[in-house]
Amino acid sequence: MTDLIASGAEGSEQFNVLAVPIGELIIGTVAFLIVFFVLGKLLLPKISKALDEREAAIEGGLKAAEKAKEDSARQAAQNQDELAKAREEAASIRAAAQAERADIIEKARSEAQAAAAAVTASAQAQIEQEKNKAGSDLQRNVGAIATDLAGRIVGEVLTDNATAQSVVDRFISELEATTGSNGKA
Amino acid sequence: MAEAIDVVGSAGFDCHLFSGCGFPAPGTEIFEFAPLVEFTLFGINFGINKPVILLIMVSAFIIFIFTVAFAKPRLVPGKWQSMGELSYLFVRDQISRETLGKAGDKYMGFLFSLFFFVFFLNFMGIFPGAQFPVTALFVYPVALAMMVWLVYMFIGMKNQGAIKFFTNMMFPPGVPKAVLVILAPIEFLSNVIVRPFTLAVRLMANMFAGHLLITVFIVASIYLFSPSVIGLLGSFASGAMTLIMTGFEFMIEALQAYIFTLLTASYIAGSLSNEH
Repeated sequence: MTDLIASGAEGSEQFNVLAVPIGELIIGTVAFLIVFFVLGKLLLPKISKALDEREAAIEGGLKAAEKAKEDSARQAAQNQDELAKAREEAASIRAAAQAERADIIEKARSEAQAAAAAVTASAQAQIEQEKNKAGSDLQRNVGAIATDLAGRIVGEVLTDNATAQSVVDRFISELEATTGSNGKA
Repeated sequence: MAEAIDVVGSAGFDCHLFSGCGFPAPGTEIFEFAPLVEFTLFGINFGINKPVILLIMVSAFIIFIFTVAFAKPRLVPGKWQSMGELSYLFVRDQISRETLGKAGDKYMGFLFSLFFFVFFLNFMGIFPGAQFPVTALFVYPVALAMMVWLVYMFIGMKNQGAIKFFTNMMFPPGVPKAVLVILAPIEFLSNVIVRPFTLAVRLMANMFAGHLLITVFIVASIYLFSPSVIGLLGSFASGAMTLIMTGFEFMIEALQAYIFTLLTASYIAGSLSNEH
């Protein structure tokens, strides 16, 4: 086995560290050019495009989220508005209904009062009429009764006071019975 | 790593402290890999060695994992897509938009590929089984820096005009004419020549140093493992350091990928506008 250190020390062939052999220069250059071509021309454009796309997608997503947030806020405000409006409307409807109710009650009451007054009036009129009729009946009957009484008095033989007294009594009770029935009718 | 094991193996796993054997310090040979397959095409020699295989595997892995993550993007991402998006957003928000603003989205393909290409090549340095940062070989950072150079030169000329781009660069407004004599060549050198060079060297040197450091601690741990108190203590300390350095390396690997991409983005930003 040759001793490399020894041979180096002998200085037979010192290796030049700054040597640039043309063959290896070409191999190195070609190797780099191949790597550069594949990476720089084929792969990196793809990845930079993917990165740009992702950036755009994230930005788009953020924008969409922002928009959704705004939309929902607007929707909520709108809902609040509508709710308030609906409440107002309900209140006004309620007020109107109350007014109407009061109206109806008032109207019913006045109608009832009118009806009662009418009934009272008609009853009074009827009573008046009855009274008048009774009065006129009585007047018409008084004559007849007097005539009847006179006839009886004349026709009867008055023997004693007791008989006369009983006739008068009978007449009066008859009269009372007639007037009582007449007045009732 | 195969070579590193060879170092230890050939210097001997039996080469330990107090066994009359010096420390077999790993050197630049751990960055040298013999080609498994070799062929010549159009007069150019292609050697398929371990770093080349790692490079191909890393490329395939990047394509595979991001195809899984990104092929069918969905609005609601799955597990893989989420992870992919996380990495995409990291590059976009921490690198591209930080330096270029919204205009950087046009160059996301380039910046994203660059970041993960560099990161996974660096990561091979601590990936079990691979354990060699491919970017520690100068040729690969050079390939990437050349690409970056072409891109920002092209963007500059397209946006500012072929000549305007250079005059804007070399003659910034509000600078006295006398200063311009010195400033113009410096600006030209720094923008056109030094930039890609420093970009490549920064990455390569960081990965190189990290890998060398880890290898040194591993070799030391094996070397110091000997029947003596000092040897055992040193061996365990070195082993612990290896673990710590591996964690540290992970941070450096991610950081270097970030810096490489960030500088690329700032160079593109310079090409888009002539403001200094």
